[in-house]
Amino acid sequence: MTTRRQFLALACGTLAAGELRAQLDPNIQAKRKAALEAAISKVVGDAPVRPGKVKLDVPPLIDNGNTVPITVTVESPMTEASYVKAIHLFTEKNPQPYVLTAHLGPRAGRATVSTRARIADTGRVIAIAELSDGSFWSDAVSVVVTLSACLEDGLI
Amino acid sequence: MRAAAFFFAVVCVWLQAAEIPLAERRSGYEFMGRETRAMQDDDTTNPALFSLLDGEQLWNRPDGTAARACAGCHGDAAQSMKGIAARYPTVAGGKPINLEQRINACRVEQQRAPAFAYESKELVALTAYVGRQSRGMPIAIEANDATRPRLEAGRALYERRQGQLNLSCSQCHDDNWGKLLAGSPIPQGHPTGYPIYRLEWQGMGSLERRLRNCMIGVRAEPYAYGSPEMVQLELYLMWRARGMKLETPAVRP
Amino acid sequence: MARVAVTVPPSAKRGEIIEIKTLAQHEMETGFRRTQTGELVPRDIITGFVCRYNGVEVFRAELHQAMAANPLIAFTTVAAESGTLEFTWTGDHGYLANQKAEIKVV
Repeated sequence: MTTRRQFLALACGTLAAGELRAQLDPNIQAKRKAALEAAISKVVGDAPVRPGKVKLDVPPLIDNGNTVPITVTVESPMTEASYVKAIHLFTEKNPQPYVLTAHLGPRAGRATVSTRARIADTGRVIAIAELSDGSFWSDAVSVVVTLSACLEDGLI
Repeated sequence: MRAAAFFFAVVCVWLQAAEIPLAERRSGYEFMGRETRAMQDDDTTNPALFSLLDGEQLWNRPDGTAARACAGCHGDAAQSMKGIAARYPTVAGGKPINLEQRINACRVEQQRAPAFAYESKELVALTAYVGRQSRGMPIAIEANDATRPRLEAGRALYERRQGQLNLSCSQCHDDNWGKLLAGSPIPQGHPTGYPIYRLEWQGMGSLERRLRNCMIGVRAEPYAYGSPEMVQLELYLMWRARGMKLETPAVRP
Repeated sequence: MARVAVTVPPSAKRGEIIEIKTLAQHEMETGFRRTQTGELVPRDIITGFVCRYNGVEVFRAELHQAMAANPLIAFTTVAAESGTLEFTWTGDHGYLANQKAEIKVV
């Protein structure tokens, strides 16, 4: 428990140094959008990303942004001739867009991966599947986050 | 005469309108999304898993100047601890005592080791491990001569308005459960699965930690860990949840 | 000690697709949180995960800060032959964890 004296010392110190530590950039929306687009083009290059084949399973209303269960499944025979090479997961509104990249192959049997992510704000979660023939397919789900990750400090 | 009787009946109903009828009680589990429930249900991926493994290790580890392990006296926890967590908190010598305090009492008196700090990784892990042995059993707190005075004290705390927001536990968890508060459903507040893995903490914690969160939420000075007020409130809450199944270790948002 | 837990079925039929669930105990400190005085808490996360089946890589993942604490990674693989599945996690500040599981394929 912080004492009154400690709190005053902290508050004065923080105010003085406050200018040096901008909490939120005024252009944050534009920057995050640009970061997401850069991350996706790093994966796909110039190739088109088509919606389909990918099923992104994530709760539309999230209990708590700190731990969001996500499952991605991709329709694919997973044979040497045709398989899913990788599954890329992104979020739209997090401080940085990457979540997980899973590298699969024909030995996977099924193109599926489950994990738990942190989601900071209401927005889209995007899954992109990279197939062995070089094509890219995607699915996106809009989620509502009321208790966010990353952006609020746990005081408790 | 009839008017007086009618008036009396109305007043009685109004005073008790706050309490949730026993049959309508629902665990916090039911207010969570399907995916969060799945996290709790699968033992192999429940995030509390590591805490349980820690607890098992601590149970078997000789400690203190007496160089005794819990297992040294209590043997296999699955046998000896079955039903224990469902009966805590209890009242001993007029004083309410919760499971954490009981574990620490054993540590100090039997193992001759220093007590674990409240909310320490070790204490939470041991409490989770002991609690796990009662999973699925009905919570069994009795209202008897020993517990009744402490239950009344706990109930008074539960119904008392507090903090800058001037809210009582009862106003949200008895009168407005099921409604949304800032986008999240208000549960009934039954401590059916403690210690829990709380997604907000991204870790394990006790009922006392959760209660302190709530009190900070209404901008009240939270009761100290292990204080009589805190344990009385825990006792009342567990009694309020009597008969409901223990889910330790639960996952909660 | 780096703590991890894996769930692999002890036996399977040849060609059967089996589910593998892995959990690692790690706070996954994002590097975006601040202390009470405003300093950034430095990033400390698991960054990589590999599963090898009798020495051959069958699954690999890169993890980023947006992975939740105590990361879960669940995937499938074809039960090709009896042997050992080996799981390796790597991360910031030299984090390394290893776990093996035996599988009997009939």
